[in-house]
Amino acid sequence: MSPFAIFDWFARWLVTSVFGLDVESHLGASIHFFFYDVPKVMSLLLVISFAVGVLQTWLQPEHVKRWLGGRKTIFGNILAACVGIVTPFCSCSAVPLFIGFLKGGVPLGVTFSYLISAPMVNEVAVALLWGLFGFKVTAIYVGFGVALAVLGGFVISLLRLEKWVEPFIWQIQAGNLEDDGSQPQMALEERIRLGWASSREIFASVWPYIVVGIGVGAGIHGYVPAELIVRWAGPQNPFAVPIAVILGVPLYANVAGVLPITEALVGKGLPLGTVLSFTMAVTALSLPEMVILRKVLRPQLLAVFIAIMTAGIIGVGYLFNTLMT
Amino acid sequence: MKIQILGTGCAKCKQLTENAEAAAREAGISYELEKVTDIAEIVKFGVMSTPALAVDGKVKLVGKVATPAEIKPLLVQA
Repeated sequence: MSPFAIFDWFARWLVTSVFGLDVESHLGASIHFFFYDVPKVMSLLLVISFAVGVLQTWLQPEHVKRWLGGRKTIFGNILAACVGIVTPFCSCSAVPLFIGFLKGGVPLGVTFSYLISAPMVNEVAVALLWGLFGFKVTAIYVGFGVALAVLGGFVISLLRLEKWVEPFIWQIQAGNLEDDGSQPQMALEERIRLGWASSREIFASVWPYIVVGIGVGAGIHGYVPAELIVRWAGPQNPFAVPIAVILGVPLYANVAGVLPITEALVGKGLPLGTVLSFTMAVTALSLPEMVILRKVLRPQLLAVFIAIMTAGIIGVGYLFNTLMT
Repeated sequence: MKIQILGTGCAKCKQLTENAEAAAREAGISYELEKVTDIAEIVKFGVMSTPALAVDGKVKLVGKVATPAEIKPLLVQA
């Protein structure tokens, strides 16, 4: 039995007993969709962001920098991509993080692996994918995301693009946070408190998007005919994946609002690989992050980074759609 | 006492500034507040996640918006 059966039961009860509707009717289907998905996604988000918040207390960037320093082989990329799964990432921290890593002896390609995986595999995207599409799809997303981060960073290190990092960075005198024992080891209670605090903070900032997104998704679910979606974005349209990627770029930070809409579209025949590509474009190819990264990357390196990511994300979509058919 | 807020100027940095000022007022400490927005300066502190808070040149908090209640003991200690 699905762990979410209770929410399904509640939504059915609401539709049939409270509203007196058939679950198969247009309005009934929409209401069921809304009241099944909202509590499911919200509870997953709380649990996952709490777990990640607790894990994060062991993974402060200052520690990560020490682990990744001097790792020149592909194992550095793998480690960086894996650490990126559970580390916090805020695009306003991207620049100090990037400089701190480079000055701490982390190779450029390894830094990129981290920079790709940290925003792509984040708790909000994972909670939504899990709630809306199930565990398997989520695992595939994380797997492809990490693979992309490893390969993207590895390609950048092979190309030896250090010359295209803004030269001022090499001149900066980077300090180290002194570890003089003044910051004692955190007790587990403190970690749990911090995890809970970060969970609440994330929840507070994304819940309105989730409600609106699922509301729109519910409308599509009940009323938009499947033929429409299949005709425009179905497996027969070879351009659907690149178009989804382009659409995803300006939707930064709204993964919570747009994923529920895609769930409804998948129900109408939109291929899952297209959704995976779209989600990756929303999280990893965000416009504001590119603007921020431009401060530390020369245009050539930024262009290489965007090209690698775009090609990789589109590739993931085609690969997945081909494997599934 | 010198309180420094390290951050490139996002909403979180503003919030931390307000909280730090509230904490200092509550503790009755006379202070001088400086916003460090230059990225090279921030990196010099060894800080990689913003916003951060430094008291008299020593980093006390990294990468989070602490509440005034959390900041107060850091100011009193220093």
